[in-house]
Amino acid sequence: MSDTVIQEGRLDRRDVSWFVDKTVQVLMFVGGISAVIFIVGIFVFVGKEGFSFLFEGFSFTEFFGSINWRPTSENNQTFGALALIVGTASVTGMAMLVAIPFSLGAAIYIGEFATGKTRESLKILVELLAAIPSVVWGFIGLTIMNGIIIDLFDIPIGLNVLNAGIILGLMAAPIMTTIAEDALKAVPDKYREAAEAMGATKWQMIRQVVLPAAKNGLVSAVLLGIGRGFGETMAVLMASGHSINIPGSPFDSVRALTATIAAELGETAVGSDHYGALFTLGIFLFIITFLINLTADLVVKGIRKK
Amino acid sequence: MVGLDEARHSLKADIAVRTEKLNLWYGTFQALFDVDFSVKRGIVTSLIGPSGCGKSTLLRCVNRINERFGYVRTEGKVDVLGHDIYAPQVDLTQVRSRVGMVFQRPNPLPVSVRKNILFAYQLHHGKQSSKAEADTIVEKALRDVLLWDDVKDRLDRLATGLSLEQQQKLCIARLLPVKPEVLLMDEPCSALDPKATETVEELIWNLRGDYTILIVTHNMAQARRASDECAFMLMGEMMEHRRTEDLFLTPTHQKTADYIEGRYG
Repeated sequence: MSDTVIQEGRLDRRDVSWFVDKTVQVLMFVGGISAVIFIVGIFVFVGKEGFSFLFEGFSFTEFFGSINWRPTSENNQTFGALALIVGTASVTGMAMLVAIPFSLGAAIYIGEFATGKTRESLKILVELLAAIPSVVWGFIGLTIMNGIIIDLFDIPIGLNVLNAGIILGLMAAPIMTTIAEDALKAVPDKYREAAEAMGATKWQMIRQVVLPAAKNGLVSAVLLGIGRGFGETMAVLMASGHSINIPGSPFDSVRALTATIAAELGETAVGSDHYGALFTLGIFLFIITFLINLTADLVVKGIRKK
Repeated sequence: MVGLDEARHSLKADIAVRTEKLNLWYGTFQALFDVDFSVKRGIVTSLIGPSGCGKSTLLRCVNRINERFGYVRTEGKVDVLGHDIYAPQVDLTQVRSRVGMVFQRPNPLPVSVRKNILFAYQLHHGKQSSKAEADTIVEKALRDVLLWDDVKDRLDRLATGLSLEQQQKLCIARLLPVKPEVLLMDEPCSALDPKATETVEELIWNLRGDYTILIVTHNMAQARRASDECAFMLMGEMMEHRRTEDLFLTPTHQKTADYIEGRYG
């Protein structure tokens, strides 16, 4: 009889572990939604600072159509971001020319050819490479690459699209390699075995079976690399020459959107048109990188649906 | 690879596959011990034995697919169609065009039915000159495995969307255009339901004569009804290899008798 009573008592008992469990659940929930809170928070903040300009001094045709970025001019203030947008795009494009062959090559080697210790140490090295601070890359661009480009192409200055593109490409390659390698790893081994059993050489197998099967993951690796290129600031600021210019060749200096914000924001009066214009650049960047990441995500999801 | 062709034409021997003193190690684990085994041309030979006895390993030596794993070491001799396939100058691509393989889980490539059929053919012959030629090859292969009527309207759909039975038939069909002599089958029906097993078994039985078929199976009833000869393996050794009905009716080894009566396995 007494046994039954004790057991009945235990049915609605709330002991320490019950409370710990509930607390942990709440904490995890907060951690989980914090990403959403931060994204929304950033967007609201950037928007609040930029919108005042967007609705008052902003001219769509000037912003996207003019190359005249003269925020500090006394009598003729203009905010034409075209050269900055083209600057960012050209550096990113150059970076992809460098990063795509490197990262896909590295991913294919690590994923399909390397085995055992080689493979593990390469993966660690690639991750290490991704952890190098961007200012260090900028420093390399400013000193080493600058000299090499001047010597190699016999031009007066080596801080240009080529320099920034190479630096940015090398910066973006590790993360692209990691994502691309994940995509290759996700291809079931039975496809490889089937192809090899039918007499495919390693390269035939990779080209005709593995790469097509991993296509979506590889595309999203490239897209994330592009997103990284658009957002990178310090290295581009240091290696691109930072002069407002529509580049006619890889040897022209340019200025990037991000670099403009970084270089100018500290010198503007809070609330001024210039301040608002820089935040508008920020909104624009935010939207672009958001769209790129979203596309990358959808592309990856695309495979799962099929 | 003139060598293989010559051997094929000049040597009309009865034996398609012969192993001599075949030993194999996965790392330090020895999976095959001095296996001497020969497979006669044009018949179905089944390999039976308990899990881990080395029957799949032996099968996978015949097209050297075992070597995908870097830690495999093989010693001894494997002759396919009179040619030592472990000789250093051997071209694996050629070996695998003569020796096709069907796996336990159907593994069509994640491309269309049509491309699956043409995959191996194009590896060995390059692209066809015309679409009509390709169409003929696809239709012939699919008809040979009795799959044409099922998939003729779905040739451009993903092969991975077919039923398991259709996938497995497709995996057999895609080997045929390169005209292999030997078909290796590693428990080809174990992922299929009984009805599908029956039709695939029937298909395999129909292919004998044109092809030498070596089939690994867990299913003794299948070995009994769908093979001409049967070999029993245990602990990496070849215990006995005889005509299927003899092996099942009058096994010479006690171990064989115990296994086929289901006392272990």
